[in-house]
Amino acid sequence: MAKLAAPIARLIDEFSRLPGIGPKTASRLTFYLLKVPKEQALALAEAIKELREKTTYCEICFNITDESPCPICRDPERDQSTICVVEDPLDVLALERTGEYKGVYHVLHGAISPVEGIGPEDLRIQELLRRVKGKLIREVILATNPNLEGEATAMYIYQLLKPLGIKVTRLARGLPMGGDLEYADAITLARALEGRREM
Amino acid sequence: MNRERLYKINAIVLKRADFGEADRLVTVYSLEEGKLRLLAKGVRKPTSRKAGHLELFTHVKLLVAKGKELDIITQAEALEYFPNLREDLLRTGYAHYIAELTDGFMAEQDKNPQVYSLVLESFRRLDKGQEAWPIMRFFELHLLTLAGYRPELFVCVKCREPLKASVNYFSVADGGALCPRCGEGKDGATALSQGALKIMRFFLTRDYEYCQHLRIPHNLGVEVEAILRRYILYRLERPLKSTRFLDKLESGGIYG
Repeated sequence: MAKLAAPIARLIDEFSRLPGIGPKTASRLTFYLLKVPKEQALALAEAIKELREKTTYCEICFNITDESPCPICRDPERDQSTICVVEDPLDVLALERTGEYKGVYHVLHGAISPVEGIGPEDLRIQELLRRVKGKLIREVILATNPNLEGEATAMYIYQLLKPLGIKVTRLARGLPMGGDLEYADAITLARALEGRREM
Repeated sequence: MNRERLYKINAIVLKRADFGEADRLVTVYSLEEGKLRLLAKGVRKPTSRKAGHLELFTHVKLLVAKGKELDIITQAEALEYFPNLREDLLRTGYAHYIAELTDGFMAEQDKNPQVYSLVLESFRRLDKGQEAWPIMRFFELHLLTLAGYRPELFVCVKCREPLKASVNYFSVADGGALCPRCGEGKDGATALSQGALKIMRFFLTRDYEYCQHLRIPHNLGVEVEAILRRYILYRLERPLKSTRFLDKLESGGIYG
């Protein structure tokens, strides 16, 4: 069998390390890049380089940003005394899309998960604590995912914040848009009933 | 084996891992089929009809379709949620430990209804807020037994003489107790006090209802727990992830 040229083999190898990409997809992507105009392939290389060289963690909220502090933390229009705690940078994007939230964020970069061996020390929880102690904070909103790991994380942070006498809230749980009442699980339905609103 | 295309099972959710764009790979222990790895499609979307029913540690009724490689969950209806178990960080940790051991010791599609009820009963006990120590030791000893690793605690594993009421030894490699003559100075054998031996025998042979009320001195509790932990790790041949978290919680160090 003819051997692949070393640069080709190397790129295939690099691609196959990416999540969801197997050896076949990796070869297909590699040969695709050999065929496209040179500028397009180099633009990809440049984008990857820039991604890693020009991004950093925001020193305040630990979101990923190109300049620290990040635009949200720097924005004078935003309420610095309300912190919304989320698991991932993608959750910030999701919340920003609502256009409803005017406070700032804190990104934990994960959730407590005994099965994956992720403990509180692997998350940005100490940083949150320092932040809360250092400034006047009126409210901390715990917006971790409504699953077992997210709940455990929220519970843990609540235990830490409780003695500081700060208002701690948790995102409401209820029925999703486009959902179906008869398929809702009992916990969600009970919470939805609990948190019902007058029309 | 030509099973029907659809089958119904009663199961307990042990583990789940994200899969693809919005799917999850769920590991369950079922009454009918033992441990299974099933694909739950679309459960990471907020409008999923199954998501809330497939959370970790839920006791759930499933309708499953045979797939080419993985079987696919088509309907899910939760039977028990164990809400108190979820609201307490320490109890959640214990549940993780139970799930990890069950997943570790049981092979896929090796059905054993006793394992199913042991896990289910342990979750129910944790959920009721009963004292955790007896729940956990009872679970460990009986899971080991059901997996074929029941520790020998009545006769010496070497000379087969009945154990006498004195300090004996425990050897994880031999899977049980050694009498003082066989155990003295043996590699990997650690001292086993008379009290610890009695407690383990009691837990192995009596119903949980009796074990629950046994008054256990702190030092013996620590000894039994350590012996079982070492034996489990030896049999499992790999480190446990949930214990790192649990040890920290139990020592209270997590809030430090």
